[in-house]
Amino acid sequence: MTPRAAAALAPCVLALAAVPWVIGNEFYVNMASQVLIYALFALSINMMLGYGGMVSLGHAAYLGIAGYACILATTAGYDQLTAAVFAVALSTTAAAFFGVLSLRAPGLGFIMITLALGQIVWGVAYRANDLTGGDNGIRHPARPMPFGFDISDAPSFYYFTLMVFFVALFFIWRFARSPFGASLKGARDQPRRMRMLGHNVWLVRWITFVMAGFWASVAGVLYVYYNLFLSPHAISLQQSAEILLMAILGGASTLSGPIVGAAIITLVKNVVSTYVERWNTLLGVIFVVVIVFMPYGLVPGCAQAWQRLRNRMKGRKEVSPAASEPAQ
Amino acid sequence: MQWQFWIIQTLNSVAFGGLLFLLSSGFSLIFGLMRIPNLAHGAFFMLGAYFGFTLLQLKLQFWLAALAGGLGVGLIGIVMERFVLRRLAGNEQGQVLVTLGISFIIADICLLVWTGDPMPLSAPQALRPPLRFAGFAFPTYRLVVLAIALAAALALYLLMERTRLGAMIRAGVDDTEMARGVGIPVSRLFTTVFLLGATLAGVGGVLGGPILNAYPGLDTDMLPLALIVVILGGAGSLLGAFVGSFIVGFIYNFGIALVPDLAYFVLFLPMVLVLVFLPQGLFGRVQI
Repeated sequence: MTPRAAAALAPCVLALAAVPWVIGNEFYVNMASQVLIYALFALSINMMLGYGGMVSLGHAAYLGIAGYACILATTAGYDQLTAAVFAVALSTTAAAFFGVLSLRAPGLGFIMITLALGQIVWGVAYRANDLTGGDNGIRHPARPMPFGFDISDAPSFYYFTLMVFFVALFFIWRFARSPFGASLKGARDQPRRMRMLGHNVWLVRWITFVMAGFWASVAGVLYVYYNLFLSPHAISLQQSAEILLMAILGGASTLSGPIVGAAIITLVKNVVSTYVERWNTLLGVIFVVVIVFMPYGLVPGCAQAWQRLRNRMKGRKEVSPAASEPAQ
Repeated sequence: MQWQFWIIQTLNSVAFGGLLFLLSSGFSLIFGLMRIPNLAHGAFFMLGAYFGFTLLQLKLQFWLAALAGGLGVGLIGIVMERFVLRRLAGNEQGQVLVTLGISFIIADICLLVWTGDPMPLSAPQALRPPLRFAGFAFPTYRLVVLAIALAAALALYLLMERTRLGAMIRAGVDDTEMARGVGIPVSRLFTTVFLLGATLAGVGGVLGGPILNAYPGLDTDMLPLALIVVILGGAGSLLGAFVGSFIVGFIYNFGIALVPDLAYFVLFLPMVLVLVFLPQGLFGRVQI
């Protein structure tokens, strides 16, 4: 990490850690936890979208599989840790299997197959009444007590989520900068050349798919801990689309983009649903507007504007300000 | 009794397969020509069903309602293609995501206009009494729906294979660049195919109304079925959509009748088999 990046990161970490003190109000602290959970989702989908150019419309499936597995294992009498590990393991295995099916090509077939798989998981959750409670959903007994700490109140749950989030963020940051991440970007931009260079493009994509599924599963378990409840609505196509939109809105292929996108969408959604019921229309409109007018998302867009501004202030002639690598 | 059940379920399956064909033939054509899965197709189907409901409320004759509802949806399809997708020419990924966004908007507007309650469409009076034959009672309406779907399949086949327009569409499906090169107005074809596909989905929605009702969520129930039909049958192929529709119709219908809890899950198996062993689908013209 360069000193500059560290200097930029430290205030962010401090700010995030100070959130419960600064806002105090339980409602908003809970909303901050929600933002973190969705940010983790968006980061996980962005591993595929931003670095691999793979658009998945079935990402909520891992939320569903991990969430239901966690609840069912806990209610079956296993302790919370075993249940969580089992849930994440099961859901990651499902991701490994779904990856084999979806990854025949990273293009439009991938979108269709992930969507179909996601809807099948949704359909099973919706119909298998005995197991999942169908449309009514099922409740999770209680939040766990990691290392004996009680995380049932809002601030402590926030810190718990924040810690998981930082671990994930560190992992995904390393992932994006690793040689593996470079080969993934290569596979996105020039799959044929990468094959010529001896890379196994399929395997690179598949491993990414599984890792994305893993972090989505972790987020799914957090989601269940937060809500203590899971119903098929949480794993619908709309949820998958929201997660995808978070990554695109913030700026896929940047690390901070999905986090920004998750914060914006979650806040807008919470604010809007307090006043009107038309969240879905707004979601659709944001989708269309973002795709048509801001295909690279907010973070690269702002970075570009900032660069232009700086160049102008320095009185230099504008050098073509290349946006940080565009998403495909 | 036992085989009464099987015969009736078989008939229901073929009727449902016919509806699926109306839905997925347009989907497949659009995919074949424009290379985008139109994720608003399920919403088109639902919108058709709601249009049909309202037109029937206005005492319009059933078949006219089906036609008008279909054309209404077709117009919306044209608007979407001309004013939104056209702006994103070349960015196929963006186009797909936009169709998804539009499907959310359509679904939400339907919820606003027609509320959350299921709206029943009534079949034409003449077709309501069951058809009695050799001691069995067949639901007449479903037989008629099947006949219409078969007629539509034949008409589409003739359109694609025997007319100039069909030849141009086939050329576009096989090689868009080359088709443009020899002077085929491909972008006008895009609009035509979108009109055709959306209209078929809309008509399917109206015809499906008396069987399925119009309800919120009909779109997300139908869209995956269309996707699976195209994955099974192969994209861009009319025959693929035809065969795929009936396979999916059978599996889904018998799944609901026999293992209602796992109705969606049973669709998973054929999809996996085809993806693993026949990546192009059964009759695919286009690599997906």
